[in-house]
Amino acid sequence: MSDQILMKGNEALGEAAIIAGCRFYFGYPITPQNEVPAYMARRLPDVGGTFLQAESEIAAINMVYGASAAGARVMTSSSSPGISLKQEGLSYIAGAELPCVVVNIMRGGPGLGNIAGSQGDYFQSTRGGGNGDYRQLVLTPATVQEMADLTVLAFDLADKYRVTVLILGDGYLGQISEALTLPKPTGKVFDKPWALTGAKGRKPNKVASLRLVPESSLEELNLVLDEKYKSISANECRSESYLTDDADYLLVAYGTSSRICREAVNELREEGIKVGLFRLITAWPFPAEALRKAADKTKKILTVEMSLGQMIEDVQLSVKDSDKVDFYGRSGGMLPETDEIKRRIKAYGN
Amino acid sequence: METKKFKYVYDKPEALVDKVTHYCPGCGHGIVHKLLAEVMDEFGVREKAIIVAPVGCSVLIYDYMNFDGCEASHGRAPAVATGLKRVHPDNIVVAYQGDGDLLAIGTGEAIHAANRGENFTTIFINNAIYGMTGGQMAPTTMENQITATTPTGRDPMDVGYPIRGCELLNSLEAPVFIERCSIHDFKNTLKTKKAIKKGIKNQIEGRGYSFIEVLSTCPTNWGMKPQEAADWVKDTMVPYYPLGNFRDN
Amino acid sequence: MHERMIIAGFGGQGVIMAGKLLCIAAMNENKYVSHIPSYGAEMRGGTANCSVVISDKEIGSPTVPKPTIAVVMNTPSLTKFEPMVKPGGLLIYNSSLIDQKPKRTDITVVDVKANDISEAEGSTRAANMAAIGKVLALKPEIASLESVIKALDVAISARNRKHNDINIKVLKAAFAQK
Repeated sequence: MSDQILMKGNEALGEAAIIAGCRFYFGYPITPQNEVPAYMARRLPDVGGTFLQAESEIAAINMVYGASAAGARVMTSSSSPGISLKQEGLSYIAGAELPCVVVNIMRGGPGLGNIAGSQGDYFQSTRGGGNGDYRQLVLTPATVQEMADLTVLAFDLADKYRVTVLILGDGYLGQISEALTLPKPTGKVFDKPWALTGAKGRKPNKVASLRLVPESSLEELNLVLDEKYKSISANECRSESYLTDDADYLLVAYGTSSRICREAVNELREEGIKVGLFRLITAWPFPAEALRKAADKTKKILTVEMSLGQMIEDVQLSVKDSDKVDFYGRSGGMLPETDEIKRRIKAYGN
Repeated sequence: METKKFKYVYDKPEALVDKVTHYCPGCGHGIVHKLLAEVMDEFGVREKAIIVAPVGCSVLIYDYMNFDGCEASHGRAPAVATGLKRVHPDNIVVAYQGDGDLLAIGTGEAIHAANRGENFTTIFINNAIYGMTGGQMAPTTMENQITATTPTGRDPMDVGYPIRGCELLNSLEAPVFIERCSIHDFKNTLKTKKAIKKGIKNQIEGRGYSFIEVLSTCPTNWGMKPQEAADWVKDTMVPYYPLGNFRDN
Repeated sequence: MHERMIIAGFGGQGVIMAGKLLCIAAMNENKYVSHIPSYGAEMRGGTANCSVVISDKEIGSPTVPKPTIAVVMNTPSLTKFEPMVKPGGLLIYNSSLIDQKPKRTDITVVDVKANDISEAEGSTRAANMAAIGKVLALKPEIASLESVIKALDVAISARNRKHNDINIKVLKAAFAQK
């Protein structure tokens, strides 16, 4: 295990971005993700990259928009209130079909809330916090290793589909240090003939979301986007089913809350209670089919979130019998407790 | 019969697309577009140029410029231009912005890009009104000027005084070139071209941030004929927004 | 083995680093580890602490509301964390700086004169190493002394690595103490 290093989630993410070929980072400080910009400020100059602290989250996401339009692999990171500010830019990025990676290390909300880890931005992430008919790919790491691995994947997915890939972590994942094996670059290269590089020997390129004339042109764009989103839904659903084959009860969670659920599953299994965990790795596209399969024979489904109930709506939409779906959540930076999960599962009885 | 030899003395710039614009008669945008295109041709940088369009009447400027173009959300052109230029330092990036874009919704982005001394060129069209949305008050709307949202005239005690962009940016250390021009007559239009040319030259030479404010006309929303509008720039705007160079480092 | 630790003190005592040092040593012994510092607003006011989990199994929650081991380096930390220690757990307190005696009787309480040991070895700043030495002596299953000494090369920044000789002396002195 000599290739393992102890690394903080936020820093693992930064290093993974560099491994993935990201050479441009624009951001604005906000706790609990400050180690990401600090890491990029330290490391990017070493690899010939550019780090720029923007004057605001709005400016940062628009710098990302510009750098992406120029054809670069680019990233920004923030935490919940800052991600709210970026929504305008994310909508434009979707409309202009630009690839980028955005990191949300979620904290408690609404408003200024607090700085502890939370999962209160699931709706904002999966429903689109900006205006218009658009989607973004949402990856939900649960460990430092996954923070790094999914970051490398994120850049490839962003370029492949020309979409925003949102890495949805939380304050605990940002701050935790764990063993990490650094990921390897995938080596995938994506042509970007649409990029703005100067119209030398070609017709001018235009990067824009505006579609005024003819009247139907915006719908045409939206239908193109829709086809792309359908393709993403068909090909990019990711999840993990842990001890679900014989499970009478199923826990559904993602990120930090899924770690707590896994602990509860292990402890309940030791007591002979057949419980499994279904863990999202993509929140959009939501892995509905895999969940349906894992949930099919279970008696009860307990959705566990660090919010007062957001992902549960996707769970209810996915399973055959939504009456089976129960909820346990803590919010405002509090963590669900293993003992409470165990108590509830036991209370379901037979 | 001997053919008379003609010499081409005037042509459409290659950097300008040959099409009819959507601008109203007497609007200043078309003039400034053409000046910019001429400058690009004169430096031979059309194939390196990228125009960043604002939100406002000139939102479609990339349809008129025969080079790469990028939309920006309202007020964010300086941030978008920063991203583009940081990736492609050898391209020529121009942020084209109106008064609402640059001095209301995007004041932060404008000031900070200038303050960083980003090596791109800003062309700031000040016509003292919001054109695209139908004639509302701009940050540069003149005192007592009637607009859709100041029906009894702009009252500085209520909504503040018109903001002077050049003077504001002139308090910053980084910009290398700041000049206010006007297109209300031929002489000033030529001066405007000269200023744009200086702004692009600075960028080509990697000298840093250049800012060219152009006092411009909006006859439609001002409720004037084109000539009246040009006169209004001269008689009403110029006294408040003095023309001239503020900085040329 | 599944230990959930809090290491707490005032800013500058190196409690965050002490936690990382243990994690790196245990990681290199193929154990699961997690380390999470108190951060942001919690950090203001000069107190600092980190939550460390070291386990044979995958780690769920990284937070430690009920530590099995608490290492407290100053009086405010004792006041805060003594009541939280899990019954049957271990409380190690720095008796160089803490005058009062812990009151709990349902836990093991051990004192370490961390600053005195550090100063005896020639440093005013290695009290955290004394605390770690004591932890290793009482809970050898977390990591071996050798692993911790080896981990110093990674855990300590290049700037401060010159102090590692003293760090090792302090670690050993506290480890050997009865």
